[in-house]
Amino acid sequence: MSIVRRAVLALGLPVVLVAAWWFATEGSQSFFWPPLRDILGTFAETWWPDRIMGDVVPSLLRLLVGFAIAFVLGVGLGVAIGKSRALRAYLEPVLEFFRAIPPPVLVPILILFFGIFNTMKVVVIVTGCIWPILLNTVEGVRSLDEVLIDTSKIYRLSRRARLWYNILPGASPQIFAGARQALSVGIILMVISEMFAASNGIGFTIIQFQRTFAIPQMFSGIIVLGLLGVALALVFRLVETRILRWYLGLRAAQRGE
Amino acid sequence: MTSATVESRRPAPGGTAGPRRGRPVPAGVLGALGLLTLVAVLELVPRLGLVDDRFLPPFSSMVSALVDEAGTPTFWTALGQTLRGWAIGLAVALVAGVVLGIVIGSLPVVRAATSSTIEFLRPIPSVALIPLAVLLWGNDMKSTLILVVYATFWQVLLQVLYGVRDVDPVARETARSYRFSPLTTVRTVTWPTALPYVMTGFRLGAAVALILEITGELVIGTPGLGKEIGVAQSSGAVPQMYALVIVTGLIGVVVNLVARWGERRVLRWHPSIRAEVG
Repeated sequence: MSIVRRAVLALGLPVVLVAAWWFATEGSQSFFWPPLRDILGTFAETWWPDRIMGDVVPSLLRLLVGFAIAFVLGVGLGVAIGKSRALRAYLEPVLEFFRAIPPPVLVPILILFFGIFNTMKVVVIVTGCIWPILLNTVEGVRSLDEVLIDTSKIYRLSRRARLWYNILPGASPQIFAGARQALSVGIILMVISEMFAASNGIGFTIIQFQRTFAIPQMFSGIIVLGLLGVALALVFRLVETRILRWYLGLRAAQRGE
Repeated sequence: MTSATVESRRPAPGGTAGPRRGRPVPAGVLGALGLLTLVAVLELVPRLGLVDDRFLPPFSSMVSALVDEAGTPTFWTALGQTLRGWAIGLAVALVAGVVLGIVIGSLPVVRAATSSTIEFLRPIPSVALIPLAVLLWGNDMKSTLILVVYATFWQVLLQVLYGVRDVDPVARETARSYRFSPLTTVRTVTWPTALPYVMTGFRLGAAVALILEITGELVIGTPGLGKEIGVAQSSGAVPQMYALVIVTGLIGVVVNLVARWGERRVLRWHPSIRAEVG
């Protein structure tokens, strides 16, 4: 496939869709559907630079801190639980229950404990993100190649070496699958916790726009949130392809590509 | 929500690990013990004063609040509304995801032309739509429905696309050589291959739809259990709030079990399930 053709295929539909939006709302008098030109016109003045620094950055920081804590806890506990058959059987129903609770309903509970400030939001993100990571780590550790495990035991690799060179790499494809889900849960919780109670943050700002009927600004906020989601997914994929290069290559080789 | 990976269909390498020494306690007993421990902790921690019982009431008072709740018609109406919203949203997303997934996946040109758009739209968090939905429909059921459908649709679509890509090229070429009509090809070649993926999409989608349904109710205030949680919170009825949260968790467990059961039932013929049954 030539580069031109590929570019047309990749960019064609997005361009058509944006153009459709632009022209469909061109002369729009509707209060709810302002022209795309107005939305983009207010974009820069709405967000740059105060709201980027004052709202988007704090939101992102909370998300990153929460996600990082959930990742470390999830992988750590997941390895411990995955390695022990008894511990797994003991905790499985409890974990199934906690996983099944929709994370946003924890927001009202955590407000009781932690108030409405940063701690609450970070804890909300941690409690939501940890389950996919934890359960996928357990699965990943459980389905490790027995032969490899026995081999590394026979060669008397130290515990640390076994963890570092056998267990974690072996489980990493599953861990990343869990982390990807956790990231999208985390974004949802970042927004939800700010919609509940906050004095800054992107979710707070968008709801504020909606309540004051600042419609073009509200749309610009939705676009910012969308771009944020896309950007985070991209960064995640970059990290993933880097760390899982061996695995993706293996899969491709198995498929005969 | 776990094991979204495609390779989850492969049996785990090495099979099940046999017991190594002694006679192990059956997993069921240990699991029950685990649940009992959780209940005991929830009961004792507030009783011993480790945590303020205004924040975490003892388990027994959560249960009695739950029993009280179960005696009120409001609770059952809210439960019904939640389940109805969940079912409608999931059904719409499933039909849309399967139909579009098969159409897009079967036509290479369409697939290539839409992939960038799908990659872009998919990570947009569904909660970004909340303000727009509130503006358009207020706290009507539709507001939450649009969130549920949007979030669930991508789960299903993506799995269907994986499934259609998995179709054996030889089978596809054979169907073409025999001049199968497009519909017959979909029915006899594409669908059986894609079905396991569709069921994975269904399982993941069922969980996501429930999360978004209750989130929508909680944040937007559309009628349902989520709204009741919000009401309990703002009126300081802490045990009721915990009781309702437990109910949402139980619904989640049931939804997961039903989805897994449905998956096994629909795929009875499929090698991955047959192997497990032995």
